[in-house]
Amino acid sequence: MARFAARRLARLVVSLVVLLVLSFSMIHLIPGEPVRAALGPRAPQSLVDARRHELYLDRPVPEQFTHYVSGLVTGDMGTSLVSNLPVSQVIGERLVNTAALVALAFAAIMGLAVPLGMAAAILTRDGGHRGVEVAFTTGTGFLAIVPEFVLGVALVWLFAVRLGWLPVAGKTGPSSYVLPVAALSIGSIAALARIVRVEMLKVLAEDYMRAARAKRLPARLEYLRHALPNMLTATLTIGGLLLGGLVGGTVLVENVFAWPGLGTTVVDSVVQQDFALAQAVILLLGAAVLVINAVVDLVLGMLDPRSTIMAA
Amino acid sequence: MRAALRTPAGALSLAALLGFVVLALVAPLLWGSRAAQVDVSHLLEPGSAAHPLGTDALGRDNLARVLVATRDSLLLAVLATVVAAGIGIPFGALPSVLGRRGARAANALIDFSVAFPALLLAIFLAVVLGVGARAAVLAIGIASAPSFARLTQTLAASVGGSDYVAAARVVDVGRWRLLTRHVLPNIAEPLILNTTIAAGYALLAISGLSFLGLGTQPPDYDWGRLLDEALPRIYVTPEAVLGPVVAIVAAGLAFNTLGEALARGTARRPVRRPRAGAAPAAAISPSGTLLEVSGLTVSFDPVEVVRGVSLTVEPGEIVGIVGESGSGKSLTALAIAQLAPGSVGGAVTLWGRGVAELSRRELGTSVAMVFQDPGTSLNPALRIGRQLAEVLEVHAGAPRAEATAVALDRLRSVRIARPEARMAQHPHELSGGMRQRVMIAMGLMGEPDLIIADEPTSALDVTVQQQILRLLDGLSADSGAAVIFISHDMAVVAALCGRVLVMYAGRVVEELDAGALLAGAAHPYTRALVASVPDMAADRSQPLATIPGRPPEPGEVGDGCAFAPRCAFAGARCFVETPLLRELGARQRVACWFPQA
Repeated sequence: MARFAARRLARLVVSLVVLLVLSFSMIHLIPGEPVRAALGPRAPQSLVDARRHELYLDRPVPEQFTHYVSGLVTGDMGTSLVSNLPVSQVIGERLVNTAALVALAFAAIMGLAVPLGMAAAILTRDGGHRGVEVAFTTGTGFLAIVPEFVLGVALVWLFAVRLGWLPVAGKTGPSSYVLPVAALSIGSIAALARIVRVEMLKVLAEDYMRAARAKRLPARLEYLRHALPNMLTATLTIGGLLLGGLVGGTVLVENVFAWPGLGTTVVDSVVQQDFALAQAVILLLGAAVLVINAVVDLVLGMLDPRSTIMAA
Repeated sequence: MRAALRTPAGALSLAALLGFVVLALVAPLLWGSRAAQVDVSHLLEPGSAAHPLGTDALGRDNLARVLVATRDSLLLAVLATVVAAGIGIPFGALPSVLGRRGARAANALIDFSVAFPALLLAIFLAVVLGVGARAAVLAIGIASAPSFARLTQTLAASVGGSDYVAAARVVDVGRWRLLTRHVLPNIAEPLILNTTIAAGYALLAISGLSFLGLGTQPPDYDWGRLLDEALPRIYVTPEAVLGPVVAIVAAGLAFNTLGEALARGTARRPVRRPRAGAAPAAAISPSGTLLEVSGLTVSFDPVEVVRGVSLTVEPGEIVGIVGESGSGKSLTALAIAQLAPGSVGGAVTLWGRGVAELSRRELGTSVAMVFQDPGTSLNPALRIGRQLAEVLEVHAGAPRAEATAVALDRLRSVRIARPEARMAQHPHELSGGMRQRVMIAMGLMGEPDLIIADEPTSALDVTVQQQILRLLDGLSADSGAAVIFISHDMAVVAALCGRVLVMYAGRVVEELDAGALLAGAAHPYTRALVASVPDMAADRSQPLATIPGRPPEPGEVGDGCAFAPRCAFAGARCFVETPLLRELGARQRVACWFPQA
């Protein structure tokens, strides 16, 4: 386990370094004059030069890189080209808003998909309840395909425009979380519930489940104590992958709901050619995904001593 | 693959996709001008007869724009898929043709890029290349490439281990030829399948980018762009949102369903078996018995697999059930314990009470099961102690400490060394023989009257088999528990059991004392089974004795004796009339028209 953890952490560090180099090199890969592009063609050359100096762009590249990294270590992510505010200040609260969406969506996914999939498996085991099986696989198959932003638009139309139950957009109160979280999680709930059902059916057919039935345990113990732990690894592996995917999904969902988070920020910054801001958000979101994936692997390694993740 | 397209889902999705392709080709020609026609007198109108989905901010017809946008939406998705496959497939094939070190480096790179989120890469490229369709296509293509590479790598590795690739290596055909002639053609089918699904994904992803304003730029438009333009006016003209939403979902669904139908086409389907008739056998019913089974049937609609089994077990007795695989002996055991799948008929009573009416607790403590493979019958996720103790905790309401103490005692009684240490271990830490001892100890937790052991030694080494048999024998003598011992091994049954039931094709064909097996068996099948047991003294110059033919499938059994086609003594009657179990002496019953003596 210790060796596995060390190797996994080493891989995380390498990935983060690659990400860091990519985000740093971004501004250098842009053809032409990014600062001129951001400030507009009519900005005086002196202003462009001053801004380039502030951004360390007039120094040799190695010096720029050390400045970039040391800035990150102290929490300084540079200055927005458009608003002239420190990037860390622009990001601050928005980071919390995005994290809240992701956390709530993940809780909804794990909390709903696992019981749904287990119940579907128990109902449809040994070819029982064909109708339930068809309804379940068709319904979840459909929902798993509809992309977040389309689902978000559909939810807005139904619950905000037609029924008027929930706010259309923005972050106004607890009720304003409902639709974004739903749009972000429903597809993943459907996808995970399908996998949970298949895993659960596999577990239910195992000899040890027959042995558990031979002990005449109550259904609660049979399913929760004997079945659940055996499908946990597969469930958490997929759940972990979905968690990483949620970070990307928020970018789309936030833009449907005009949610004041990192997703709206990064799109606005790209459109406005505010490279300093875009660079910082890409770094943050990318690092979040990489760290989440590593943590999921470590947790799985600890939970299941025979996990195949350790071998990989 | 072709068969998959004949399923309703496959055919429907293929038709839908072809429809989209036709639309992509003709829509710009038919409705291109209508979609571009600016009409300042009809700005942002809701749906009407002239404009079913309303008009946009410049008075252009929304429906025409959705139809025309099919071309760009599909084209960009196809381009992105080409980029993904063009990068991913060669890259994934690299490890199988490179040397070991090169393969490692390629694998590491694939590992890393799979982990990186696609949308962030798209945003990164949008910054570097400038916002637009080109950046979107490249981004989604590059972001999808790792999954192609991973799939190709896995498939190529599996093909790389096959005999024909090994043979090609032996004649040294060269790496490039190996790849193009031997590896790629053999993995083409799953790759095509993945391409279909990837195209669907690319369509949705590029629509998403266009929706964010990072994809197609005006004056061009695709479905994502149209949705982006319509969303702010969802209150005024919700119809305008409807068009792109339906288009995106339908196209995504068509690609995905087709991919799934193709995938399912490669998987096998179970075949249903025909119905068979049956007649339950009569039963003898002495009183004071522990277990009484009469006319037991188990069927998987419509096939009857256990066809009227009757048997009795006296307290403390060891009864063997022998038969070839498929004879229904294991299902009989499961049905006695109320664990059989399928539908069960007939009567099973324990101490004179029907088992179906017994409570969980009574059944759980009085009947114990020991299954064939202890490696799979113990729960891999739970500690040994937990699995043993829970029987008492649940059925006797015993506190954990007491249940644990009993569990330790039972582990000792099955002669497991250091039981305290074993209690804290998981099944995978024990040897096969030890696991079977644990299974038996688990059965003993409730002090059962009846232990049903279903091939308990078949998965174990011969030396361990002997230990387990001796253990069962000793336990039965010590505790007074009766044992039903199921096996296909005549020699083992003869050594352990007092009485033996021989099953064939779902029926008991003979019941006799184990001691009479060698000399007194009356049914030709029993005699053949006995004769086919080789011993150390057998003349090795002679071929091993076997029974000609094979046992019938459950669906093939009709009227008459099921063994008749393989029987040397069968007469005309055997093929027409089913023989019932008849008394043959005081301690023997046989179901045969021509019992041998």
